[in-house]
Amino acid sequence: MRTTTATVTIRIPTPLRGFTNNQEIVEVQGATVGEALQQLVAQFPRLKPHLFNEEGRLRSFVNIYLGDEDVRYLQREATPLQPGAELSIVPSVAGGHF
Amino acid sequence: MAVTTADITLTPEELRRYSRHLILPEVGLEGQKKLKAASVLLVGAGGLGSPLALYLAAAGVGRLGLVDFDVVDETNLQRQVLHGTKDVGRPKLESARDRILDINPYVQVDLYETRLTSENALDIIKEYDLVADGTDNFPTRYLVNDACVLAGKPNVYASIFRFEGQVSVFATPDGPCYRCLYPEPPPPGLVPSCAEGGVLGVLPGLVGTIQATEVIKLILGIGTPLIGRLLLIDALHMQFRTLKVRKNPDCPICGEHRTIHELIDYEQFCGLPPRNGEAATQAESTVPEITVHELKARLERGDRPIILDVRKPYEVQIASIGHDVLIPVDELPERLAELEPYRDREIVVYCRSGARSAQATKLLREAGFRDVKNLKGGILAWSQEIDPSIPQY
Repeated sequence: MRTTTATVTIRIPTPLRGFTNNQEIVEVQGATVGEALQQLVAQFPRLKPHLFNEEGRLRSFVNIYLGDEDVRYLQREATPLQPGAELSIVPSVAGGHF
Repeated sequence: MAVTTADITLTPEELRRYSRHLILPEVGLEGQKKLKAASVLLVGAGGLGSPLALYLAAAGVGRLGLVDFDVVDETNLQRQVLHGTKDVGRPKLESARDRILDINPYVQVDLYETRLTSENALDIIKEYDLVADGTDNFPTRYLVNDACVLAGKPNVYASIFRFEGQVSVFATPDGPCYRCLYPEPPPPGLVPSCAEGGVLGVLPGLVGTIQATEVIKLILGIGTPLIGRLLLIDALHMQFRTLKVRKNPDCPICGEHRTIHELIDYEQFCGLPPRNGEAATQAESTVPEITVHELKARLERGDRPIILDVRKPYEVQIASIGHDVLIPVDELPERLAELEPYRDREIVVYCRSGARSAQATKLLREAGFRDVKNLKGGILAWSQEIDPSIPQY
């Protein structure tokens, strides 16, 4: 049962902005990291396969940060969110030499 | 990393050249000797490799190794400031060597005109104190990381995309490695490359000079290097942020219970077929294709298939060979209805190089479109083999 629902922001990295109508920052409601990300992909369904696998789990090459901390070292998707929290999606990018 | 400076001397010419370093307390004579004693391997002599090579040479790093197998072309010059217009058509390594020695003849330049592979990486890397990774693809990123961890060499990492960059220092004795941050690569095609997504020309300059700064700090042993931190650079808003990168205790190569003890097949690890000269995505090698010559012959006979362009509208403005339908590959899943009238017709799909159109071909066939073919090599091949008046971009 949901006790608090915080409004939080999610920073969308350039490679994924094509799926968010070029929005760099998206505001969502969510008491946990998992809820916030579910809200995000509900708003932008084309983003979903880039963040979640077929079983609905976060893909291993997608890093989610709460502030400056990797949520893998917090409570992953169960990490609670305070109002105003800032999540970032940090993608792996290979470019450099081109 | 410890550099021995006991046998290093600087000539009067070198002392004069490096005078602005020598009067910096954090560098000084001892620091300048450390730079001269040091050796750095630059993987890639392109966008990031350019500022790296220029500034590390100017700073007086004693030995620079360069790994690259590419030839300079016009599209490089917008950002690869190591090379000039007169160098178009020359191997990048030759032009890089000339430029480095022009800046600083006291630098020894070692050239490796090869692709870094699982077979040669350890042998090359072991000859250097540290590595600066400026490559352009995931297999080489993981290869450089693993080789650095196995050889015990710090890896100063940077990558760029459009207006954004990432920099960190991996594979130091106590710090995390690239796999701690990114345990697995994204599947091919999910993340666009610079060649598909574009890059602001000055961005590799900005990011590569930060990378060079970290290299110099590590050699000198000064300041706080980006060990355990990922610097995110957003040039459009000019915002810099650092995120924590922790050493993953379960990391397969630098963790407590290592499962990787030697270099592996990185193409396979990244879901790519083995290299055979040209990079090809999995989709590219498995879908039906039509060559540009076949398509041209068909058009001349008046036997025209339905032509689907899956590039972005701004690319169509740069160059086009005409289309019946234009749907960017990203939007294809939602816009299949627009192709319904052609479900039983023959459809030829094209993009810039044939990679995105291969994905689209696969998607359409899976959606039940029976006769879909990928235009092999895309509009680039059309420009090269059929109509040179079509611009290459």
